[in-house]
Amino acid sequence: MADQAGAQTTASPRTAVVIGGNRIPFARSGGAYAYSSNKDMLIAALDGLVARFGLQGERIGEVAAGAVLKHSRDFNLTREAVLGSALSAETPAYDLQQACATGLETVVGLSNKIKLGQIESGIAGGVDSASDAPIAVSEGLRRVLLDLSRAKTTQQKLKTLATLRPKDLSPNAPTTGEPRTGLSMGEHQALTTAAWEITREAQDELALHSHRNLAAAYERGFFTDLMTPYRGLTRDANLRADTSLEKLATLKPVFGKSLDTPATMTAGNSTPLTDGAAVVLLGSEEYATANNLPMLATIVDAEAAAVDFVHGDEGLLMAPVHALPRLLERNGLTLEDFDFFEIHEAFAGTVLSSLAAWEDAAYCKRVLGLDGALGSIDRAKLNVNGSSLAAGHPFAATGGRIVASLAKTLSEQGGRGLISVCAAGGQGVVAILEARN
Amino acid sequence: MADTYLDLVNTPLPARIAKTLGLPRPSVLRRYSPGEVLAAQPVLVAGAGAGADALADVLLGWDVEVRRHVLPGEKLSAAVVVLDRASSPMDLAAPMLELGQAVRLLVPGGRVVGLFRSSAETADPAEAAARQGIDGALRSVAHELRNGATANGIILRGDATTTDPTTLGALRFLLSGRSAYVDGQFIEVTATPAESVADLAAATGAAGEGAPEQPLAGRTAVVTGAARGIGAKIAEVLARDGARVVAVDVPAAGEQLARVANGVHGTALQLDITAPDAAERILEHVGQRYGVLDIVVHNAGITRDKLLANMDAPRWDSVIAVNIASQLRMNERLLASPVFSATGRIISLASTSGIAGNRGQSNYAASKAGVIGMVRAQAAAFDGGGRTINAVAPGFIETDMTARIPPLTRQVARRLSSLQQGGLPVDVAETIAFLASDAAAGINGQVVRVCGQNLVGA
Repeated sequence: MADQAGAQTTASPRTAVVIGGNRIPFARSGGAYAYSSNKDMLIAALDGLVARFGLQGERIGEVAAGAVLKHSRDFNLTREAVLGSALSAETPAYDLQQACATGLETVVGLSNKIKLGQIESGIAGGVDSASDAPIAVSEGLRRVLLDLSRAKTTQQKLKTLATLRPKDLSPNAPTTGEPRTGLSMGEHQALTTAAWEITREAQDELALHSHRNLAAAYERGFFTDLMTPYRGLTRDANLRADTSLEKLATLKPVFGKSLDTPATMTAGNSTPLTDGAAVVLLGSEEYATANNLPMLATIVDAEAAAVDFVHGDEGLLMAPVHALPRLLERNGLTLEDFDFFEIHEAFAGTVLSSLAAWEDAAYCKRVLGLDGALGSIDRAKLNVNGSSLAAGHPFAATGGRIVASLAKTLSEQGGRGLISVCAAGGQGVVAILEARN
Repeated sequence: MADTYLDLVNTPLPARIAKTLGLPRPSVLRRYSPGEVLAAQPVLVAGAGAGADALADVLLGWDVEVRRHVLPGEKLSAAVVVLDRASSPMDLAAPMLELGQAVRLLVPGGRVVGLFRSSAETADPAEAAARQGIDGALRSVAHELRNGATANGIILRGDATTTDPTTLGALRFLLSGRSAYVDGQFIEVTATPAESVADLAAATGAAGEGAPEQPLAGRTAVVTGAARGIGAKIAEVLARDGARVVAVDVPAAGEQLARVANGVHGTALQLDITAPDAAERILEHVGQRYGVLDIVVHNAGITRDKLLANMDAPRWDSVIAVNIASQLRMNERLLASPVFSATGRIISLASTSGIAGNRGQSNYAASKAGVIGMVRAQAAAFDGGGRTINAVAPGFIETDMTARIPPLTRQVARRLSSLQQGGLPVDVAETIAFLASDAAAGINGQVVRVCGQNLVGA
């Protein structure tokens, strides 16, 4: 059975590789990039990548990127960024959006095109600004304005205007709330965190590891060829290299305060609103070889999943838990076959709930349809260069950050790596990268 | 930093006022742009003998009108004085007096170039006096010239002839707008290694054609400290001359570095040159992307000025670490690597502070004088091989660094040179590009000042 599953995967005719990446340091919302637009940041990330690999004026096969918080004027964000970058203006581009999985999904999409021979090179990535977020007019005002544009006579116009109510004048700011439940993402996670009985201490400990690992990565120069400073920022503004369990313990809980169980989620073990952009250069082996470019890792396979968090009893951010066993089975792999795990830290509780779920035999049988527990993950292999709790999480930029960092780690240390990213709407994407050697 | 006085004094009324009051009257210098006409007016080749005759023939092949004597009233683009046979101070009178007639006829931005043999290479006191005498005379001419004209010398060493490819390379450089801010300098030339003469003949126009528009085509160059100022300009000029440029600077300067790399269609390598593995990372990058490293420009440098009495260890150490220790370490690794070309060029940034010393810059002067020492010793080791190492010592150059000098001091510093103005980063870059080219194959261990004949350290 395993042999058969293995055979299914490797049907792809060609290999897609990660050549390198570039991101700008992530800034806290309202910080260094308060006045930078998504387009500005995406151009900065692209231009840094172009400079690193000498891609000036090159026609890349395709550029795919996206943003979660997006102005309506940015309908063609990625193509506009390409036009503003040092790449050839003949480089096609498209926008993609899958909430926080946007960045990873662009990598999956372009690597598939490379595997199929449709393109030789691609740049995948994403950007998000919580600072320069779009603010929409209310639904009432919007209807009035549209009716007004259709009104022909002065009388009709006045009649339309008369339907406007004072409450229509207050704008709609974007929220991270789920449209179908009205609950914020944090409140959703708080339900899951409580259900899996994840303690405050365990969450703070994960946050501490994230900061320490990220600080150590900076210390040894890990990011010198993964990052280009922007607007005076040279490292992630959210990083607290000197944080401690004691300091994290002093923070007041912010989510789950109305639950029966003690609230455990704080600003320290949840990601802050962040601004930033990240891109990854992908290519076929032939492209990399012909252009004397490095090949950091192979993009093996990916799987998306979604859960019914609205009517069912699964947590909003638990979709990767469902995606992983399907991906492993298709590739004939188990958790023991991986050397590095990059599990996006939307909240410390998300990571810990996922780990708990995979270790829970009853859950794995009942919900995932497995024979028993999927297994446990060696914490020493988890987010070894820090993750979103320390770096911050500019939604669509996170996938690019993770793919480039994991690919570099694999090129340095060899082995196989797993990426898991949860997303709003009860979705998630997981992917496998492998070292070249 | 704009030199507003220079701009002002080059408009009609202020020019008259400055002349009446005897104020400095700096000229807008003639600078190189691709496709430049080397000499729009005739060029005088003064001096007698086979060396002068042969040189005159080569210049004819450069599409230059050549005169062997001054014609009354005829303007000249340049005067080349060939004194390679001077054996007594008495031999100087005729050619120098002829040169005196020529300088009156020089066009703005004109050139005087003297060719003579090294006084260090003769045991005859009279011959040495003649040769050293030329040095003094040419320096004085440089002081006397106005309107952006310069005077420089080419010193022939060993078997070098007046028409050796490297001699011609140096001559072309000194006649061209590339040497706009090089004044009162002497470049020593040794005979070009025989194996590269054929290539060089084409590179320098000795074969009768003009020099190529892109003398560095196909070369890969690493420029450190490339994110800003002189380093960014070096990257630009090397790229203009055809080189593929790897722009190196500290990670914190990455944003500007990316802009420079994208501007020159090169690559950006974020790297602290004081890191122990700096050379390895450069070699790895160049090796993978381009295979061979042809040119290294050690430009990165810092200042941490303090009077020695107030100097502390961090200031002293950081300047030494960046400005000289890193270069020594990197050169050692480069020379041991198969990636560094057998005809590789190393060009290191010195400073007139390293030659003359400067108040408040004992650390900086130690590092920059150290560069000169390093270059001379390494050059001796290179002697006879295909590689060369040279230094360029900028004088007062208009950069962000000199813009921080207090205004009055800055104005004075600018006028202290024979050209009565600060140089531009491009002037330093042009000299580096020349030293990086095939045409400079016989130039090794030299310190070329780009200082407009600044009084400091002269």
